[in-house]
Amino acid sequence: MRILVLIKQVPDSTTRIKIAAGGTDIDRTGVKLVVNPFDEFAIEQAVRLREARSDIEQITALTVGPAKAAEALRTALAVGCDDGIHIQDDAFAGFDELQTARLIATAVKDGGYDLILVGKQEIDLDSGHVGPAVAEFLDLPHVGTAVKFELAADGKSFTANRRVEGAEETVQVTLPAVVTCEKGLCEMRYPSLPNLMKAKKKPIKQVTAADVPDAASLFASVGGTKMADLQPPPSRPPGKVIPGEPEEAVKELVRLLREEAKAI
Amino acid sequence: MTDDILIFAEQRDNRIHPAALQLVTPARALADKTGGQVVACVVGDQIDTAAAAMNVAGVNRIITISNTSLAVYSATRYRTALVAAAEKVQPRVLLLPASFMGRDLSPRVAARLSAGLGTDVVELDLDGDGALEIHRPIYNGKASAKLTFARDRLAIATVRANTFPAPTDGGAAATESLAFTPGAGDDRITVKGIERAGGEVKDVAEADIIVAGGRALKNEQNFALLYKLAKELDAAVGASRAACDAGYQPHSRQVGLTGKTVTPKLYIAAGISGAIQHLAGMRGSKVIVNINTDPEAPLAQVADYTIQHDLFKVIPALTAEVRALKAQS
Repeated sequence: MRILVLIKQVPDSTTRIKIAAGGTDIDRTGVKLVVNPFDEFAIEQAVRLREARSDIEQITALTVGPAKAAEALRTALAVGCDDGIHIQDDAFAGFDELQTARLIATAVKDGGYDLILVGKQEIDLDSGHVGPAVAEFLDLPHVGTAVKFELAADGKSFTANRRVEGAEETVQVTLPAVVTCEKGLCEMRYPSLPNLMKAKKKPIKQVTAADVPDAASLFASVGGTKMADLQPPPSRPPGKVIPGEPEEAVKELVRLLREEAKAI
Repeated sequence: MTDDILIFAEQRDNRIHPAALQLVTPARALADKTGGQVVACVVGDQIDTAAAAMNVAGVNRIITISNTSLAVYSATRYRTALVAAAEKVQPRVLLLPASFMGRDLSPRVAARLSAGLGTDVVELDLDGDGALEIHRPIYNGKASAKLTFARDRLAIATVRANTFPAPTDGGAAATESLAFTPGAGDDRITVKGIERAGGEVKDVAEADIIVAGGRALKNEQNFALLYKLAKELDAAVGASRAACDAGYQPHSRQVGLTGKTVTPKLYIAAGISGAIQHLAGMRGSKVIVNINTDPEAPLAQVADYTIQHDLFKVIPALTAEVRALKAQS
């Protein structure tokens, strides 16, 4: 069985976001970049399958991004992936999420992957398009926001649990398939120093526009959204500190919630 | 392409998702500009009550796609159904709730229909050429961006819950049914079971009111205080990452980054200092109450009302006050 893990390099979750001049991106100066936390769950899930079974032939990590994104691939390799695919080209720089999904699908369609794991969403753009869209472009079923994953003994299907509003669904899906990973599935281990060293020797295949046949026409017909006018979040009006002892303050709070805020 | 606006009217068990009703407001505003109609598509098995609710919200046309194989959500079957509705209506814009279902389904539909897609949208409009432009939070709410769509293709947006009110002045929709023709390979996903999580308590992602606690609750047992208040308010109980990591509450109740982003009408935070990741997940709430002894807690910066007292005194008093209020009315 061959597993593909899709990862993205993103600003660390504690980053204070500043908008860059021009308003089409954030100021990336000094920003710490990490593997998208939801993609970490995907990496760990793949490695745990390898540890629990004897039929995992290959775990490949794939990313689309600039040269620096290779660091994210190295992390995946240090945790236990076998090889990497790094898709990078200036021609892909303005792609939106759906175009990126199409690019990934085009690059991996002949790779013979049985299982594609990816985080449920990326913590920079927060869209979560890539997993389900890659599944659609490859005509594969997918399970979104999985919190539990069990591969059948014969390696032909799996059951997964997914959380939806107020409920947890158990679904059974035949392979090949795509699974998007939610918090609760597993936590990624820290790569050990020896494994970090070994990761440097694992192969990373470079893919550029020249490797993608008919790149221009492929991507012209889907997605194509453009992001602009980045702004800080709308500021909230200043709040009130309600004075008095707890009992009085609570009475006043309830009055304000009813009469002023009309929230209850 | 017509000038119509299509709504995916999400339902489960014949109950319309409140966010689906709210979609009628922006859909109507867009249709007024395009000169088209607002069309709702309801997908499921027994869906008469859900369709009736959409009618009340004031759409022009309702398309029902009803089939026993659609009784529960499946990404492939629902994709096939919604694509069929979109091919029939040929809308300019397709709106879905930014719910689990809407966010799971929309990328597949967009990929299949060669559309553009924007997720978790809080503002929608048409530009001078009639192309959709939207605003959406990014970086977990730490920034907001404008997204513009190509005019020559379908534009799809999932809209954040509680962003728009649900109209109630409809009732004159024309209803038609569309037969469901399963696609090849749609049966590769089988739902084996659905278990309601958390018993009778609501999920944070669907509640109008959330009562959330942090590490200051000290243990799992003390969360019972919040559940009592939540019961009086018909609210969901949420928790900070610290409280979930400490095992006080399951991760399904975590609000914030790697948890859920919530936008309820009222968010009551008890003993939550407000790490940047938590603020990102709840700052879109309409009204925020902060109960914390620490006046410097970052949550105070986004709160509308703050009570600087021990939550172990405030929460029981608040529960009693709400109960007394309900007894009066």
